[in-house]
Amino acid sequence: MKSELTVKAIENGTVIDHLQANNLYKIISIIGVDNVDTEVFIGNNLESKKLGKKAIIKIADKFPSMDDINKIALIDPNAVINIIKDYKVVEKQHVKLPDTIHKFVKCINPKCITNHDNVETKFNVLIKDGKVGLKCYYCEKITGQNNIEVIK
Amino acid sequence: MKNKSLISINDFSKEEYFKILDLAEEFQQNPNQKLLDNHVVASLFFEPSTRTRLSFETAVQRLGGRVIGFSEASSSSVSKGESLKDTILTVSRYADLIIMRHPIEGSSRHASDVSNKPVINAGDGSNQHPTQCMLDLFSIRKTQGTLENLNLFLVGDLKYGRTVHSLLMAMAQFNPVFNFVSPPSLRMPQEYKDFLDEKGIKYYEHDKLDENINHADIVYVTRVQRERFSDPMEYEKVKNAYILKNKMLENTKPNLKILHPLPRVNEISTDVDENSKAYYFDQAENGVYTRMAIMALILGLK
Repeated sequence: MKSELTVKAIENGTVIDHLQANNLYKIISIIGVDNVDTEVFIGNNLESKKLGKKAIIKIADKFPSMDDINKIALIDPNAVINIIKDYKVVEKQHVKLPDTIHKFVKCINPKCITNHDNVETKFNVLIKDGKVGLKCYYCEKITGQNNIEVIK
Repeated sequence: MKNKSLISINDFSKEEYFKILDLAEEFQQNPNQKLLDNHVVASLFFEPSTRTRLSFETAVQRLGGRVIGFSEASSSSVSKGESLKDTILTVSRYADLIIMRHPIEGSSRHASDVSNKPVINAGDGSNQHPTQCMLDLFSIRKTQGTLENLNLFLVGDLKYGRTVHSLLMAMAQFNPVFNFVSPPSLRMPQEYKDFLDEKGIKYYEHDKLDENINHADIVYVTRVQRERFSDPMEYEKVKNAYILKNKMLENTKPNLKILHPLPRVNEISTDVDENSKAYYFDQAENGVYTRMAIMALILGLK
């Protein structure tokens, strides 16, 4: 509870909580927090009993789409999304991996058509031994969780 | 199967495989059937592959169809900077079916998405070459009478060999035993071994080509390419360990057949050619019948 208060509370908006500290900057770019025009509060390396060090993102007056929320699961499947109205949590949900991922992740294969022509990437999400892999719809190569690179 | 593109071996079901093999058998008995009369087939080879192109084009001609296309990218509009999408959108207005070979992986999947005519992948980089796999299945079934419960030896470059990977995936549906013979640096990748483990299929790995092949029903040989070795010394060390010679076939099973996707360099010694167990040129011929069958089914003519 204490760490929540280290980052200023918001009246309305979205709180992305329980992120592992080292995932913060990846998540910021994946969901486009860097382009948000309302108030954004970010805490990193906050003490957490569960995670050791955690990160938190608070975005005022914005309610990301489910698509955006599910992108977070690719990087950090333990993230929790809180929807805030009048300083209260009105909705709390765990992120959920989508079955397919479009556009925003780069295919790891340099010989893939998506890295040559103007073709948007498309992946099927696979989970093996607790790790996420993205199988390219085009070249059929698998981009592993540690190699996920976001297309800007 | 009508109007369905063939991009990856996973696109067709086991039943559809059999439909193709059965029809290929029919074409082998009677190769000149003018089913493709009044059809134009585009043969787009963005990189040269003479063997595959001639096989496809022979298949079209045997069926009485006509071929348009090019045999390398330099003689196409690609050299003027046209995108693959535009090339395909244009050609799909001219032809009834597109056969394409392209060095970029996933290019034929992309082409099949933008084309309003079916596309057959004749090789997209190191990704897929499904008609090669179908002709391998045809050759195995033809010579063994079945695809079930066979002992298959895959020899040579098992790391980069697209052909052996596709064959492994396809044959895994028929309860085989696999034996992998390769230099340590060119072993079958872990992902394929994991796949076999999951399916409960047995496989053994060998560093040498030796009397173990006496248990084989099929020996599938591929080329070990010099350019796969960063250390030329290592290539020199291993290159002769994977050459199949006629005297090695003495105690092999009577039903054994030697397959090779060709071109061969020296990995099957020429003295094997006279042995009745050598099947690689028949295999190449089977490619024509298999491709005839695939085209006839995709165009809904059979």
